[in-house]
Amino acid sequence: MYPGGTKRALEDVSITIEKGEFVVLTGPSGCGKTTLCRCFNGLVPHFYGGKLEGNVLVTDLTVSEHPVQELARHVGLVFQNPENQLFALFVEKDVAFGLENLGVSRDEIRKRVDWALKMTGIEDLRERTPHELSGGQQQRVAIACVLAMQPDVMVLDEPTSFLDPLGAQKIFEVIGELNKKLGITVLLIEHRLDLASRYCNHVVVMDEGRVVLDGEPREVFNSEKAHLIGVGIPKATRLSQVLEKSGVHLGRIPVTSEEASHVLKEVLRRD
Amino acid sequence: MIEVKNVSFTYPNGVEALQRVSLTIRNGEFVAIMGQNGAGKTTLIKHFNGLLKPTSGEVLVDGVNTRKVSVATLARNVGFVFQNPDHQLFCETVEDEVAFALRNFGFKERTIKKRVAWAINLLDLTEYRKTSPFMLSGGERKRVALASVLAWNPKVVILDEPTIGQDHKQKERLRQFIVQLIAQRKTVIIVTHDVEFVAECNPHVVLMAQGNIVAEGDAKQMLTNPDLVTQASIVSPQITQIFLGLANLGLPTDLIDIHEAREALLNFLEVTS
Repeated sequence: MYPGGTKRALEDVSITIEKGEFVVLTGPSGCGKTTLCRCFNGLVPHFYGGKLEGNVLVTDLTVSEHPVQELARHVGLVFQNPENQLFALFVEKDVAFGLENLGVSRDEIRKRVDWALKMTGIEDLRERTPHELSGGQQQRVAIACVLAMQPDVMVLDEPTSFLDPLGAQKIFEVIGELNKKLGITVLLIEHRLDLASRYCNHVVVMDEGRVVLDGEPREVFNSEKAHLIGVGIPKATRLSQVLEKSGVHLGRIPVTSEEASHVLKEVLRRD
Repeated sequence: MIEVKNVSFTYPNGVEALQRVSLTIRNGEFVAIMGQNGAGKTTLIKHFNGLLKPTSGEVLVDGVNTRKVSVATLARNVGFVFQNPDHQLFCETVEDEVAFALRNFGFKERTIKKRVAWAINLLDLTEYRKTSPFMLSGGERKRVALASVLAWNPKVVILDEPTIGQDHKQKERLRQFIVQLIAQRKTVIIVTHDVEFVAECNPHVVLMAQGNIVAEGDAKQMLTNPDLVTQASIVSPQITQIFLGLANLGLPTDLIDIHEAREALLNFLEVTS
């Protein structure tokens, strides 16, 4: 419960995220997604105050017993609103800030900043001022800041909401690659599941402070409950449900457009 | 009616955000402006209520040159909801926030009360009436910003990225408001990256890239044309992508809606079986 709140923001939440997973966390706005993410690096309860019951363990550290600055080495958080996270005069300085604080060597900082800027496609913004950038550019900078830290866990709160769809797709690809190649555990808060679902292997749906669905993407998206809560189920899955009702059975439930094209081809050829 | 005639705009830092853009938006039209980050979308819509004045060319709102009237005068007719709700929220409670502009426009207290209640209810914020906007989630703050503009009933409603942070149900609600607003002969202009939302709403679509308008037309025409889609840095709706993958079977590829997709598939199955 937040200070001054009348209702618990989280209610009896239990989830386990394994190392190396790519988790999508979704649910109606105000359902507690952001609050849950703030628990992972200790912003709840250390910064926001309020009352946290139960335990949150991140890479074996109990969140309530370790300060934010210690947790930040393990968990990188990309905020919903990039303006809340950027403050330096130059993009480069912002990206280097976390590393400087950890006392990383100059050469290593330079290397990692270059790498993070390259991964997010903003090398040309290096000397610009974050506050003069567009919302989409700021989101890339915010992601670069966290990337540079190479954390064990990356928590991203709608990190591409201001980006054009092609830009968003590129960012998801980058995150997907970091997850696959470096084994970084990813927790992504997202409403636009059409774009995000192809990268994840675990979906958690929250509603009114509780976890209501937790499992494999195909199962979660195809469940009646997800539909009732109003989760933006990928159109590929929706199409298979609509067809099912008209008596056309696809055999396998598609999540991405490629999967849908593929299973549809089989059905259309079969007939 | 909003007429943009040959408008160029250069920011003080030298960035040329619009290059000889011309566009006409009629009363009662529903327009979605889409395109790359930095294409000039937000710069363009800031010209509609006079927040920005063209470096060259002119913008006429109902025949009035935006250079000749104050933003406050234009605002009465042209309501603007910013991309980032935190740029427009500052009051202690949601109720005060929604009432703020009405008080500024000098409405009577009785009318204000009614309008506030109406707008708050419309956006499903009644339980937060007395809450500080800053205690709310990103999606909820966005709705507060929208309520505060709808409350004064402007003729033109401009929404910069209205679907950000909104869940599926809220988006469906938003779609229904827009339909309602259009039915009341209001002009609705949205800037959005949300192709799925556009596919569901079916507005007139204006595609922008690098300070120019690349193309305009109905949503289907714009979103299913692979060249235009790439040029504007968007992606086709998932339904279109699915059908592009089925193109060699002889199915249509210009579909954006799930129901027309179902029809097309059922037809195909009937014909071939």
